Amino acid sequence: MADRLSIAKALNEALRKSLENDPKTLLMGEDIGKLGGVFRITDGLQKDFGEDRVIDSPLAESGIMGTAIGLALRGYRPVVEIQFDGFVYPAFDQIVSQLAKMHARSLGHVKLPITVRMPYGGGIGAVEHHSESHEAYFAHTAGLKVVTPSNAHDAHWMLRQAIASDDPVIFLEPKRRYWDKGDVGDSSDLPLHSARIVRPGTDATLIAYGPMVKVCQEAAAAAQEDGRNLEVVDLRSLTPVDFATLEESVKRTGRGIVVHEAPVFLGMGAELAARLTERCFYHLEAPVLRVGGYYAPYPPSRVEESFLPDLDRVLDAVDRALAY
Amino acid sequence: MTVKSTARARKKAAPGVPGNLRAGTGAAPELVQLLTPEGDRVEHPDFPLTTTPEELRALYRDLVLVRRFDAEATSLQRQGELGLWASLLGQEAAQVGSGRAMRPGDYAFPTYREHGVAWCRDVDPLNLLGMFRGVNHGGWDPNEKNFHLYTIVIGAQTLHATGYAMGITKDGADDAVIAYFGDGASSQGDVNEAFTFASVYNSPVVFFCQNNQWAISEPTTNQTRIPLYRRASGFGFPGVRVDGNDVLACLAVTRWALDHARTGNGPVLIEAFTYRMGAHTTSDDPTRYRGSEETEAWKAKDPITRLKAHLEKEGLADDAFFAGVEAESDELGLRVREGVRSMPDPDPTLIFDHVYAEPHALVDEERAEYVAYAASFEGGEQN
Ligand SMILES: Cc1ncc(C[n+]2csc(CCOP(=O)(O)OP(=O)(O)O)c2C)c(N)n1
Repeated sequence: MADRLSIAKALNEALRKSLENDPKTLLMGEDIGKLGGVFRITDGLQKDFGEDRVIDSPLAESGIMGTAIGLALRGYRPVVEIQFDGFVYPAFDQIVSQLAKMHARSLGHVKLPITVRMPYGGGIGAVEHHSESHEAYFAHTAGLKVVTPSNAHDAHWMLRQAIASDDPVIFLEPKRRYWDKGDVGDSSDLPLHSARIVRPGTDATLIAYGPMVKVCQEAAAAAQEDGRNLEVVDLRSLTPVDFATLEESVKRTGRGIVVHEAPVFLGMGAELAARLTERCFYHLEAPVLRVGGYYAPYPPSRVEESFLPDLDRVLDAVDRALAY
Repeated sequence: MTVKSTARARKKAAPGVPGNLRAGTGAAPELVQLLTPEGDRVEHPDFPLTTTPEELRALYRDLVLVRRFDAEATSLQRQGELGLWASLLGQEAAQVGSGRAMRPGDYAFPTYREHGVAWCRDVDPLNLLGMFRGVNHGGWDPNEKNFHLYTIVIGAQTLHATGYAMGITKDGADDAVIAYFGDGASSQGDVNEAFTFASVYNSPVVFFCQNNQWAISEPTTNQTRIPLYRRASGFGFPGVRVDGNDVLACLAVTRWALDHARTGNGPVLIEAFTYRMGAHTTSDDPTRYRGSEETEAWKAKDPITRLKAHLEKEGLADDAFFAGVEAESDELGLRVREGVRSMPDPDPTLIFDHVYAEPHALVDEERAEYVAYAASFEGGEQN
């Protein structure tokens, strides 16, 4: 392949390939047919694969999730689209109480190979309920896998790997990066749950995922001008976490900074900082710091720039880490 | 025979979709109508309505001003002043008719499209725009005009409305509640649970479904296989389908339903059969999923033209009246345009305001952190 595609198009191609490769794969969701989804991720798929495989569901998230579970029990491999992050909550019970647990409850007899795709995160000037980062809720629930790509190549291959997985995967799509373009290689270079060092460095490790990877890359480029050499790691998978890669990096640089959009309090960063502190204590030159959203509801769009971590807030944390 | 063709044969044999469900029709016998698209008054045995010429002119004024407000907001979105707009174009009669049926003590729970109901509740139209401009998430006091905040999560407000109505019963008051939602929302669990609670507790709530034929790109047939008003019977309360482009029918039916509810008879479902003339929101592209013939057919049922025709035919309004409404609508347009343009961006510390009603140490700490951080730019060196 080795094409230059937007993340949106890379996802679309991944869905197309998955539908082609396995007749049991189905897409379900609101407006995914003729409209191609509100972000056009499913553009053209209903036309090519028909209404039985690309299903416009009634406007009912609990219904979509619950029936996807039933279809999976019957041998199908549903790929569910939740239209926006903030609308997954009506399906929350089906996801955390049912989807996550059936494999364990059946002692492994029941497999639910369901992928739940969701655009998430802010930065697009949207109205309420369209900018939420709820990864910690899902990552907190054992039985689910949670992954999020940050570039077109990963978007394509991680989605195909997620669909191929026999476990339920929450697939979070960084919506403000949908239109970013990148090269998509013709095979996956990493397993679904590996982290990737996207920029090697020596002075501190920035750990990010999804939309914040780009911000951290920009911060590292800016820091370079000040003679600081930052490493950037793209976590890619939020559960399971590739701690080996993180540990190795933080031990080498002596400093770790976790960056995400979700509120810092009880977020992914809390878990990563705690584990890295436990595992790298004698190598650390500074406490593992966190940069993220505030402990407040996602704000109206005219002030979201103040809520979201940006290059300056990341660099500020780098200064603090290096000051120890 | 191949498996495939058997499956297809089975599908063919499945019950068809009732004609009156399909977009573009709706002229089924059960549709309550008091004013024809040509502007002629007709009587309905169950929903009599007497109106004075003054009331008719007031309704016409409402319809025109609400449409103008909506058009202004749509242009403001195009000009970059609003991030998004959900237009009510085509649904003015459903909203004004039902809104004007309410008494001052009644309470409305809207979705995000009920600008016409807000108008009838005397909510300043500029209040509605803050959320679409991105300066707040609502921003008005719902209890001031008994008009709740807009709700974007589909269907959630129907349960709030029902709970509020349960409270009215407990208080022994004779107010009623009206919950607005769309045809798409009828699929949500919350809406069905609201029906159950309202029915079981015999609550004074009127469920007002504006069936505008589409939930973004999905036609009503993707949500239901029976006409929506008939859902009510399964829950044990009456359902009525009304011509949603007929302001008089909407007024009469809603007035009846609210009185039915407030006098201890429990909930009512009203399905206002109408049409969304524009896009779902300004970020939608309806040409992807519907044809212009359908939209054209609904144009002929326009709520404003039919009331105007009636006023003219019956000699109930003169040119001066129509010119007066036009002038008023220009003034409203100007007020809205200027009001939006001069709406200031909030201070970023808004993020930390009102997260809790009582002091919260973590929020206070983060606010202080933010303020110090922001000050480090203003005072510090710029490079
Ligand atoms: C729980 C939930 N799911 C999805 C959405 C996204 N969404 C916004 S409006 C809409 C369609 C609503 O259709 P309908 O209920 O018929 O109301 P209409 O907008 O047509 O008035 C959808 C799917 C949402 N807001 N909330």
